[in-house]
Order: sequence, then C-alpha cells, then structure tokens
Amino acid sequence: MSSTAVTAGKASSNVPDAAGRFGEFGRRFVPETLMHALEELTVEYARAKADPEFNRRLNELLRTFVGRPNPLYFAERLTEMCGGAQIYFKREDLNHTGAHKINNTMGQALLTMRMGKKRVIAETGAGQHGVATATACARFGLPCVVYMGEEDIRRQKLNVFIMRTMGAEVRPVTSGSRTLRDAINEAMRDWMSSVEDTHYILGSVVGPHPFPMIVRDFQSVIGREAREQSLETIGRLPDEVVACVGGGSNSAGMFYPFVDDAGVELTGVEAGGRGDKPGEHASTLTYGTKGVLHGSYSYVLQDPDGQTMDVHSISAGLDYPGVGPEHSYWRDTGRVNYVNIRDQHALDTVQLVARTEGILPALESSHAIAYAMDRARQRKPNEVIVVCLSGRGDKDVNEVARLTGQDL
Amino acid sequence: MAFMPFLTAGDPNLAVTTRLIEELSSAGADLIEIGFPYSDPIADGPVIQSSYTRALGARLHIPEIFVAIGAVAKKIRTPLVAMVSYAIIFRIGNEAFVKLAAESGFAGLIVPDLPGDEADEFQTLVGSHGLDLIQLVAPTTPADRSARILKNASGFVYCIAVAGTTGAREGLAPQLADMLKTLRTQTTLPLAVGFGLSRPEQVEQLRGLADGAIVGSAIVRHLEELSTNPGKLEDVVSRLVQYARSIAAAAHTSR
Repeated sequence: MSSTAVTAGKASSNVPDAAGRFGEFGRRFVPETLMHALEELTVEYARAKADPEFNRRLNELLRTFVGRPNPLYFAERLTEMCGGAQIYFKREDLNHTGAHKINNTMGQALLTMRMGKKRVIAETGAGQHGVATATACARFGLPCVVYMGEEDIRRQKLNVFIMRTMGAEVRPVTSGSRTLRDAINEAMRDWMSSVEDTHYILGSVVGPHPFPMIVRDFQSVIGREAREQSLETIGRLPDEVVACVGGGSNSAGMFYPFVDDAGVELTGVEAGGRGDKPGEHASTLTYGTKGVLHGSYSYVLQDPDGQTMDVHSISAGLDYPGVGPEHSYWRDTGRVNYVNIRDQHALDTVQLVARTEGILPALESSHAIAYAMDRARQRKPNEVIVVCLSGRGDKDVNEVARLTGQDL
Repeated sequence: MAFMPFLTAGDPNLAVTTRLIEELSSAGADLIEIGFPYSDPIADGPVIQSSYTRALGARLHIPEIFVAIGAVAKKIRTPLVAMVSYAIIFRIGNEAFVKLAAESGFAGLIVPDLPGDEADEFQTLVGSHGLDLIQLVAPTTPADRSARILKNASGFVYCIAVAGTTGAREGLAPQLADMLKTLRTQTTLPLAVGFGLSRPEQVEQLRGLADGAIVGSAIVRHLEELSTNPGKLEDVVSRLVQYARSIAAAAHTSR
C-alpha cells in the first residue's frame, strides 16, 4: 500500500480521487465479485449527480417527504446553564423517521431505480438506517431486506417493529458480536450473490468506494443548511461545529461543507463507552490503528494480527470498530479534532436535555451534546457552537429506562 | 485436473492442521490452500466463517501459522498457498508478511479482498520473494476487466464458480463454461474453479474446461465436531481422507 499520501497538511474538500482515496485512506478492498457493481455505481452516481432532474426530484422529496430544511435551533436554557458559548442544535431529529439517515436513503433509493435494480438490502445498528431504508423502499415500492445484529434487535425493538410495519424483512444476524459490524458482513455476503439485481444501501460513510463519497454527499445537506442558517441567524459562521461519530455519516455530512472554512473548529465525538481499555469503548480515531475493514482502508480497532476487536457503546449507532475513511483523513490532516464521551455522561445528557430543552435526543446525539456543553463552558458568551442533533431518542426509551432502573 | 483442497489453519488446532496437510497430500491433493482465520470474512459462507470463529476462539495467532507451516512444508511435495485477508497482511506489514510466507514455504498467496486494481504494488512485492499472487475472476467480472486482471497474473487463476460466498451448492452455474472459455483466450495459466464445489460429479463436469478443482467448505465441514469432541480425531481424519480421495479420483480421471 502506498504510504506517500498526504498526512499532516491542509485537508482538501476535493476528495476522494478516482480510485476512492481520501489522502491515503479509502479505496476498495472487496472480493472481485463486487468490483463490477462498484464501478457501475460510481459511473451512475456521477451521472446522477450531474443530472438536474435527479437533483430536482431528490430536493423535492427532501422538502415534501423528509421535511427539510429542518431548523437551526438556539438551545437557550442549555446555554444559560453552561454559562459560556451559545449552543445551537441542527435539528435532524425533526426529519421524517427521526434521524439524519433518511437524507441518504432517499438519494440511494433514487439511484437504485436509476440503475434498474429491483431489490434493496441494508444493514442497521441502532435501527435508524434500517427504518430510513424501509421507509424509502415503501415509498417507491422496492422490496427491502435489513440485516440487524441480534443484540441490536434486543436494544432497538421499536425500530424493528417500524421496519416490519413498513414492509421490510428484518433478518437477525447471529455471527460475531451480533451488532452493526456483523450486520455489514451479512449484508455484503447477501450482495455477493444478489449483486446483479440488488442495490446495497449502505448507511454510513464506510465501505468500499464510492460509498463513503455517496453517503457523505447525500448527508452534506445537513452542513449546507446549517452553514446558511448560521449566516442568516447569527450573521456569521459558528466558532465550532460538533457531531457524534460512529461510522461517521451525520458528522461527515455536517463537517464537509465547513472543511474549507478555516475559522470553524470541527469536533467529532466518539463513544467512550465504559473506559479506555480494548473492548470497553468504540473510539476508533482515538485508540485505533490504520487497517482494512469492510472494504476500506481507514482507522480500525484491531489486534496486532489485524483481527477486528469487539467494541462497546451504550448507543447501538456508535457501536462500530471502524470509521469512514474521510474521517481518518480529517484526523491525520488535523482538520477535525476527535474526542470521546463515556456512556454515563451520554445517558445523563439525554435526561438533562429532555428537562432543559424539551427535546429527547438519541443516545448517539447526546454524546455530541455532552461534549458541546463541556466546550461551551470553556468558551466566551459571544462564541457559537452548533451541534448536530442527529436523531431523536424515542428509539432509546426502553434502553434508557432499563439503564436508569425505571419501568416503562 | 488438479485437486486443490482448502483447510482452515488452527481449526481445531495447528497440530491437527499439519496432520491433515500430510494426509491430504498423500490422498492425492495437488495443491493445498491454507485459510488464515479472519474475524470479518465477507467472501465466506457459514461453514468457513464458523471454522474461522472456532480457530480464533481457540486464540490462534497469525505468527503461529507460519511456524506450523514451516515445519510441515518441508515434509511434503504438495505446494501450499495461503488464503488470507488483506486486513491481516496489512496489519502484519506487507513486506513482513510476504517474507514470513516465503520463509515458511508457501508457494503463493490468495488475497480475496485485494482485487486486481489494488494489487499492483503488492504483486511486485510478492513476486520479488518468489511467490505467486493468485488473481481471482468472478462471474460478474466483465471480459475487458478479466483481461486487465490477468495481464500480470502468475501461478494459476482462481475462477469463482458462482456469484456468492463460499459453500457447497447443487450443480454448477450454466454460465461457468462460457466464463472459462473466455478466460482460456486471455491467459495460458491453469484455470482452477472454486466456490460451491463439493461433489465428484461437479468435478467431472469441469472436464475439458478447467485445470483445477478447489474444494473448501466440504472439507472444512468435517472439522466442526473436533472442537467439542477431540476424541473423534481418527474418525474425522479417516472420513476426510476418504472424501478427499473421491474428489481426487474424479479430478485425476478428468483430464
């Protein structure tokens, strides 16, 4: 593997290159069986991106079906409580299906039909991507199979029910850690045998090229809106933008439109879990090493043999031992700073935000909010932090009740 | 036609693996593939996945494989080829891994998640240590792409019989014959067919079309009970050898 790539230095927004490289990261490490489909997808996506009709249709769906643009909201009481910088929420939780995931699935569902594929498969961790895929497929009448780890099915019963109601088939994955990582393995295996007529709607900025680029592009509507709304509402760009990072799709979509704005600090918040020992967290960019997972070269939580390590997070959506290659690129170029927040802190923040702002954030998003509150305390009152509130917490109520010793 | 069985290294342990390598060698194997257990094998079906999980569950570490293979490779004439994920190679270090593979007596590497496009530099490295990097061609590979992949290929060509993961299947895909005929026009290297083969009849059907039959899951399946019932070793070995002889016979009469 080439080691001549860009490390330290300015991050470019003009990535990936034709081979799918973000600096040294990304590319395609998949079985030959999938290569042709990935090449086709790359070509068709480039055509779609340049096609005004495709964009018009997507934007119309985002407006009328998803409910975009969603607001940039001033969290006034939270700001007062922290007594420092002003905290704003980008309200992805107000999208149809309750999270940012639908931005990508609507785009990829349109791509599926454009390519003439007749069936959709997807993986899901927290269930938000599964629900968003099932929803898009229901909207367009596409048969849909969602792979979900058994452990996540237990943690996210509500979303399983919603997917099935939308007509999707949810297939439990019983291999390995029975979480997102294994769900991706199973979806890839399905795709190996169904690639001729099936599109794999990958839900994060991970996997082989062109997925990290496609998902980032479809999710960039978050950052574009947030950027415009900042200029309108506060008359300038924010001082810092914060988002949680599992595979990294909401954060990639939030950060990407700000990459060239040198004055805007970008912070990705990973799952700190229970501690900093291997297996206790899912902080890939803090503790990981460079490696290959799920078809892409990026940072990975792996042992000295290259075996993927088990990870832990209270939040099913962040419980992933890899991360999108563009995040690895942003990490190594220093463009984005990556930190982590522990389980308990995230859990406390869900309850605090509910009581203070009347908003129930997803456990994933509450990692980002928890960090933003810490940062706000260190910053001046005339400074602004925008947090991506990537999803709502309805899906987590069973888990939050269980963890706080309450009956539902 | 060559008979090319596949074994998982370290399932249930490396002592059994090396014993089976010798047994397969005397049962008529013309080349043996050694699977390096990996935690996330996307190209593998349930049988090989479970086998990898068992080996890793028994705390197998990659360097131990090289030690065990180094000892057995000297005793047999059958070439050994490593089937290993690029995730493992990259983590060990490309140069270090290839050096270890060469020193322990491997004749080549199959890296199922390193497609032709990404393989250039690595191929040069592998070649410089006197090993072959085996290229894979799938039923979904268009002819212009396979021509490109085969330009720098060496050893043999791994022809994937079906679009899908490893594991036994009924019959053979009808398009396989066309694919093999096309590949013949693109390379003079031997064509070995794998994925889905388990029965002597399937091997016989490859007569005149292919030069090698790769059998993986149907071999590995025999190892399942050894993790829970090590006392069955001799039974398992004799069943596995008997099975291997039946495939070897089908392959060797199919010239």
